[in-house]
Amino acid sequence: MSLLEVTALKAYYGQTQVLHGVSFALEAGGITTLLGANGAGKTTTLRSICGMVATEGAIRLDGEPIAGRATEEIVRLGVGHVPEGRGTFTHLTVDENLRVSAYTRRDKAAARRDRDMVFEYFPILKARIGQQAGTLSGGEQQMLAISRALMLRPRLLLLDEPSFGLAPLIVEEIFRIMRRVNSEAKVSLLLVEQNAALALDLADHAYVLETGRVVMSGSAADVKRDEGVRKSYLGY
Amino acid sequence: MADTVASRNGTPAASAAGFVWGYRYGLLLVVLPLLLIAGGKAGFVSNFQFLQLSLMIVYAIAVLGLNLLTGFNGQISLGHGAFFAAGAYTAAILIDQHNWPLWATLPMAALVCFFAGYLFGLPALRLEGHYLALATFALAVAVPQILKYRHLEPITKGVMGINVFKSDPPFGLPLSTDQWMFLVVLAVAAFMFWIARNLLDSRTGRALIAIRDHSMAASTMGINVAHYKAVVFGISALYTGLAGALHGVIFEFVSPDSFRFELSIAILVGAVVGGIASLPGAVIGGVFVQVIEKYADALTKQISAAVQLPLELDPWLIYGIVLIALMYAMPTGIVGGMAVLWRRLKAMRGL
Amino acid sequence: MEQLLQQVGAGLANGAIYASLALALVMIFVSTNHINFAQGEMAMFSAYIAWQFMEWGLSFWLALPLVMALSFTTGVVIERTILRPLHGAPVLSVVVVFIGLLTIFHALAGGIWTYTIKAVPSPFPEVAFPGSGYIGSHQLGMIGVTVIVLIALFTFFRFTPLGLAMRAAAQNPASARLAGISVDWMLALGWGLAAAVGAVAGCMVAPAVYLEPNMMASILLYGFAGALVGGISSPGGAVAGGFIVGVLENLIAYLGNVVERTTGLYIVGNGEKLTVALVIVIAVLTLKPSGLFGHVTVERV
Repeated sequence: MSLLEVTALKAYYGQTQVLHGVSFALEAGGITTLLGANGAGKTTTLRSICGMVATEGAIRLDGEPIAGRATEEIVRLGVGHVPEGRGTFTHLTVDENLRVSAYTRRDKAAARRDRDMVFEYFPILKARIGQQAGTLSGGEQQMLAISRALMLRPRLLLLDEPSFGLAPLIVEEIFRIMRRVNSEAKVSLLLVEQNAALALDLADHAYVLETGRVVMSGSAADVKRDEGVRKSYLGY
Repeated sequence: MADTVASRNGTPAASAAGFVWGYRYGLLLVVLPLLLIAGGKAGFVSNFQFLQLSLMIVYAIAVLGLNLLTGFNGQISLGHGAFFAAGAYTAAILIDQHNWPLWATLPMAALVCFFAGYLFGLPALRLEGHYLALATFALAVAVPQILKYRHLEPITKGVMGINVFKSDPPFGLPLSTDQWMFLVVLAVAAFMFWIARNLLDSRTGRALIAIRDHSMAASTMGINVAHYKAVVFGISALYTGLAGALHGVIFEFVSPDSFRFELSIAILVGAVVGGIASLPGAVIGGVFVQVIEKYADALTKQISAAVQLPLELDPWLIYGIVLIALMYAMPTGIVGGMAVLWRRLKAMRGL
Repeated sequence: MEQLLQQVGAGLANGAIYASLALALVMIFVSTNHINFAQGEMAMFSAYIAWQFMEWGLSFWLALPLVMALSFTTGVVIERTILRPLHGAPVLSVVVVFIGLLTIFHALAGGIWTYTIKAVPSPFPEVAFPGSGYIGSHQLGMIGVTVIVLIALFTFFRFTPLGLAMRAAAQNPASARLAGISVDWMLALGWGLAAAVGAVAGCMVAPAVYLEPNMMASILLYGFAGALVGGISSPGGAVAGGFIVGVLENLIAYLGNVVERTTGLYIVGNGEKLTVALVIVIAVLTLKPSGLFGHVTVERV
């Protein structure tokens, strides 16, 4: 069974329909990426999975229907979401930002281990532990956002444009860590990225969205070789 | 007066329609009061009822004043009772101490309140949202205290208040004082609503709405935001002050405690319940203010008797419950609620 | 000099009440962006319930925690039932709902306990202590209890996981939901805490004034002013603002008195101190619109 199965998903912002029947599935343990131009509905798809927009259609997590549930419930079922814009609690310290994510966890000892793991991934956060999160650099805030999501010990991690606005070196580091998160912590990833080349390097599966519909899907390697994708998204 | 500004457009067809509407309303404004007066002559409508009607119209003007400021320009005021009081006192002092005739007092009261509002609006420019709410709230609380202030007592007569004598109908018209005042109030209201409608339909009106919807964008389009905001504060105060002057005259008495901050709240509630940013909403709001004040008491007694409550129900309890219920049923006021209902009905018929 | 110190003492005591109410307003404001105009009447109602408990023979110190618990529950219930369905309603509609709540509490208190004023005994014994020439024991008690409540709240928000979750929910509701926090419940808890803090203020001020349904009207205004002077989004600022407004108000009356005694010219007295205090507050706000301790928020276009 797929870890996440989305069937005929429609999403609305008020009267405006943004997704017109999106279907896809992703396997446990894998890295899947959603590609598409601005306005194709990638972010909306992630937000739909987390119950942040009005939707129609089925969303199943490990076979359990989650469409229509409250965001916090879906999160507690094991879906971490690193949102567009990072969603930092700017007036809280780095430490408090991480503790907020551990708030609903019962296994306090495991949460402490996860904290150590996060610091091992991103040592800079440990150095900044008492600092107000709003004063961190963009890259550090992105690392913090990923760490906050990891503190939930998710089965599935949704990443919305983790490279946005960051220097290439930082992006590289973050993507290296994402691979480790996937292989070591056994977290499945669903990645939305403008930078299609990066995303296709990391992912093993890819879907291409256009104006709210899936227009192509396949293994990352196949999608990468597709001429249309190459011209539209890879630029060669 | 038929529709809100937002839904109107300036095509010739629309303005022709507007003319027809205006004509119909004009006719209504002549026929209805004549019928009422005839009813009064025949004894169906009592002088007391004429007074009630006059008060509704007075509150409608006051609510319209607040509506211009809050509804069309986005500045909140919890203190319009202060301008109401200023108008009432101006009229009372001019009539009582300077023997001015009514027709001269009303424009004077309006003028005084315009300047009061404009001057208050200038510093208030720097205040937005909750800060403006506090400043206006403070104004509402301060005005009764100022009216009682020792050095102003020779003019305001302190807590004693001022008795105002109603003017009798002129030219020996065969009308009671209440009937005459009703006609005066109605004429003033019709005139003021007509002015408001034209104002909102003008360049100025569009500027006000642009400022409400996005003040920064408005200023980049060359609209002098500060100027407009202060002026609309003045105009708003003018309307509410004029209502206060009329209130003082038909009530024949002004005192500091008639203008406590509850009055400001009542005007705000009237504006929201009627429908913010809507001229018909102001009329409904005015009626609401007066009806609630008059009938909440009677209604409460009936309900208490009906369910045989062991304790005495306060009329304000019903008022509070009605307010909350109304906001649930029609969050955009009665006019907004009616519009939604109308659209639903039309949709149902369409199916 | 002695009189001046007495006035400052009285100002601090009043300020403690304004500070509590300002804090209650801020607690709801930071998470919902609404000013709860019914906060004062809710506090007044709590004070009546405490009075009722004492009439039934309970001691003040037993009645206080009971009333706090009741007020907390009422606050939570009001948020869940009355305000919850209004999320996304126009601001002015919510203001009108608050006005409705205010009148309901006012009318209920008047209906149950009548509008005649009631004297409430102070829970603090009249004893001599160093400095008792400058400040009464009830005034000192008011300040003491308020400070204890403030410290307890500070500790709760700063050092407990629930307090942290509430802060997170107020700051960034979307991110808090993504951390699995039930933001809706956090709002309701905030309402409950605000109501409990207001209850303490009501119970403390009742012996200083007389218990009657209008008791909190001007106190709410001062609390509102205090909250804005301190910066509406800053709890610490609200507390400081409340104390500042309290002292300011008493000093104005005192100065007016001094002027009248020395020059025979009446400028301000007790009748105008509210007006003058508010004029000063508003003057401060026009010069410093974000309050003394608030931070400027920049609007992005």
